[in-house]
Amino acid sequence: MADLRTNFTGVESPNPFWLASGPPTNTYGQVAKAFDQGWGGAVWKTIGEPIINVFSRYGSVDLGQNRMMGFNNIELISDRPIAENLKEIAEVKRNYPKHAVIASLMVESKQKAWHEMVKQTEDTGADGIELNFGCPHGMSERGMGSAVGQVPDYTCQIVEWVKEVATIPVIVKLTPNVTDITYIARAAVKGGADALSLINTINSIVGVDLTTFEPQPSVAGKSSHGGYCGPAVKPIALHLVSAVAGDPSVKIPISGIGGIASWRDAAEFIALGAGSLQVCTAVMHYGFRIVEDLIDGLSNWMDERGHRSLADIRGRALPRVAKWEDLDLNYHLLAHIDQEKCIKCELCWTACEDGAHQAIRRLPRDNGGPVVEIIDEACVGCNLCAAVCPVQDCITMQKVPNDYPAVSWKEYAAGKGKLAPRSEQFHTATWSPSTKH
Amino acid sequence: MPQPEFRLSDEQLERNFADIAPPLTTDAALLEANQCLFCHDAPCTIACPTHIDVPAFIKKIATGNLRGSARVILEVNPFGHSCARACPVEVLCEGACVLNDRDEQPIKIALLQRHATDYVLEHKVKLFKAGKPTGKRVAIVGAGPAGLSCARNLRIMGHAVTVFESRSQPGGLNTYGIAEYKLKADVALAEVQDILDLGVELKTGVTIESIDQLLTQYDAVFVGVGLGNTKKLGIPGEDLPGVLDAITFIEHLKTHPYRETDVGRHVVVIGAGNTAIDAVTQAKRLGAAAATIVYRRSEADMPCYHYEYELAKRDGCGFRFQAAPQRIISNGSGGVSGLEVRTDGGSETIPCDMVIVAIGQGPREALKIPEHPKVFVGGDCANGGAEIVNAAADGVAAAKRIHEMLTGGDANG
Repeated sequence: MADLRTNFTGVESPNPFWLASGPPTNTYGQVAKAFDQGWGGAVWKTIGEPIINVFSRYGSVDLGQNRMMGFNNIELISDRPIAENLKEIAEVKRNYPKHAVIASLMVESKQKAWHEMVKQTEDTGADGIELNFGCPHGMSERGMGSAVGQVPDYTCQIVEWVKEVATIPVIVKLTPNVTDITYIARAAVKGGADALSLINTINSIVGVDLTTFEPQPSVAGKSSHGGYCGPAVKPIALHLVSAVAGDPSVKIPISGIGGIASWRDAAEFIALGAGSLQVCTAVMHYGFRIVEDLIDGLSNWMDERGHRSLADIRGRALPRVAKWEDLDLNYHLLAHIDQEKCIKCELCWTACEDGAHQAIRRLPRDNGGPVVEIIDEACVGCNLCAAVCPVQDCITMQKVPNDYPAVSWKEYAAGKGKLAPRSEQFHTATWSPSTKH
Repeated sequence: MPQPEFRLSDEQLERNFADIAPPLTTDAALLEANQCLFCHDAPCTIACPTHIDVPAFIKKIATGNLRGSARVILEVNPFGHSCARACPVEVLCEGACVLNDRDEQPIKIALLQRHATDYVLEHKVKLFKAGKPTGKRVAIVGAGPAGLSCARNLRIMGHAVTVFESRSQPGGLNTYGIAEYKLKADVALAEVQDILDLGVELKTGVTIESIDQLLTQYDAVFVGVGLGNTKKLGIPGEDLPGVLDAITFIEHLKTHPYRETDVGRHVVVIGAGNTAIDAVTQAKRLGAAAATIVYRRSEADMPCYHYEYELAKRDGCGFRFQAAPQRIISNGSGGVSGLEVRTDGGSETIPCDMVIVAIGQGPREALKIPEHPKVFVGGDCANGGAEIVNAAADGVAAAKRIHEMLTGGDANG
């Protein structure tokens, strides 16, 4: 059985699965229930001067019948008194000493306010502090949340204030709503952060009611941009985690957040450098019970692949994240259709014909044989046909061997290396759809 | 009429004749629509005699564009409502669905088509309007799916249309002949009304006896009169009370309250086509203790669709194969007591108190259809008896040809 125990910047938990700061971590009752069901840690819903929320707070983006592929919120931080939150954090920590309990904090950008908040928080026995520099709605209008996290100097300054008094690890939660997240990450490191967590939610409007023209979620006819999350944001989060993890000037642990809903998602975040994982939307959708398969699936996969601990997989994909200019131009692929598996939907043809490189030939349906075939000399190995094919492993991308050594664009542009021959029919003016079928 | 003691209650009869394929809920329709792969050059579309763009109408359901979805269907098939309920989709669109090749259930195309077409029927959405008058007049003989499909498209193209129907109601077999659990007469008539509302003149109770005479008054004539009477068995006892043909039996059922249609306690249906199946299942659903198909050939030779056979078996109907009817035996008091058949083992009498003959219909011999450039023919009377969808396709194709003839141009005019 794989060892899922996690030590994240000194904070220990039985597994890497933490609840992210949000509605699921609002109360003692929720967090205690989650720990009972197997969650390894929890980042408490952000504490600060209590706010007043609007009714109607969440908006969903559905894909077909799949609900909440994307999700957003215009909810603010905790609306409960600071003292009450701190009392419950202390209670959770006392009753669940082996679990990671992190307090998420957001107060006005004054040194004294931060000092006071950090001291009070440490009195609870919490294992760590997460600074919410990411919340993109509401609080940012008041100079907090992403208003801090979007400016490197502010980020650095407040981390410094916190570190002046903090004795427990300080995690800085980053907003993705910036041009280059690594600038903010470096500022947090400069301020003395012990770790980073990312991503917070992305600025968004999830939709417009076409009867009333109210943006969603609507509050008395109006809406405001909210924080976008859920499965749809995972690719953005994976990229930003890899960007920060791969930045040689960062070098502090990263807690991965953003659309994690399955153990596969979790494994991908770990492979790109995450040391712990935070989950919110999937719990809001399906409840705390999802942690069972997060643990079970990750553990089974690790056992099957011979990975004994999380350290064995952490960052394993990171060296493979490269600049485009370093990719091998002599690596050639060709799509291959398994005609035995083909169900003749012709989705590959229409995608390639209209959306890519006109490299699939269509044959008459009534001849009893294949209805599509790859035009080898026109195929650029782009993956589109394999992506649209509804049959598992029917279209595969196969390597076309050549005798040419690898050559990157950087090398080629510098006059080094040779390109393996490519078909002259790649995107030439004479190769138009009408000439082929 | 006094009811025999074994008659079913009205509630039970309602249940027995309820829709065999109930409509999808909106959620179920969306779920199903989103499973469609949106094939290019889709086999379902190719398989449909009217070539409905199935992936297009299904995607429109998925996007919540039900009006557009129904338009895609009804534009090419004026009888899209009834086809959704009565089409043999297992051997047409759904049978061609590529998901069959992925060892999955095909998309429920018929139910999705019903979802879209029910929407426009229920919301009284008018998708089509009559074209600018051309001054040309077309007579249509027979208000069945072929004739009315032709009528609808001719009206869209602006031609004046008069439809002659010998019965009291339009719709042809849609109104009088489709198994009650598939399509009810009120739905069939509502669908017809949509076509009539385009300004089709309908003359019911009029039997046309001479096409030549119509040619003197109209610029073109379309004949879609369907088939004639059920063929005769040519065996003794055929004319006894208690022997009736399937068309008459089904028509009575569809035009009266269920309890007013007589059914025997032991019913024998002679024949094994789709009409025979409709007769035997409906006899059973009316309350017959036993309803049995008697067929002179083998199980493999049955002309009915396989799924119709399965349906009859599920309904508890019996099947006697390789039993050739020889004689219908009188009970001596104005009814029948049995059907004598010849089998491999010799002669045998199958006891019964009602015999329904369903061995196919002959042509309408009374009406002579002249070979004439202005006379067009379609539907069952042209193809020997097929589905609603074939009749609709015939009517649509004929309208195009008539329009070309009348305007000397293409059908887009």
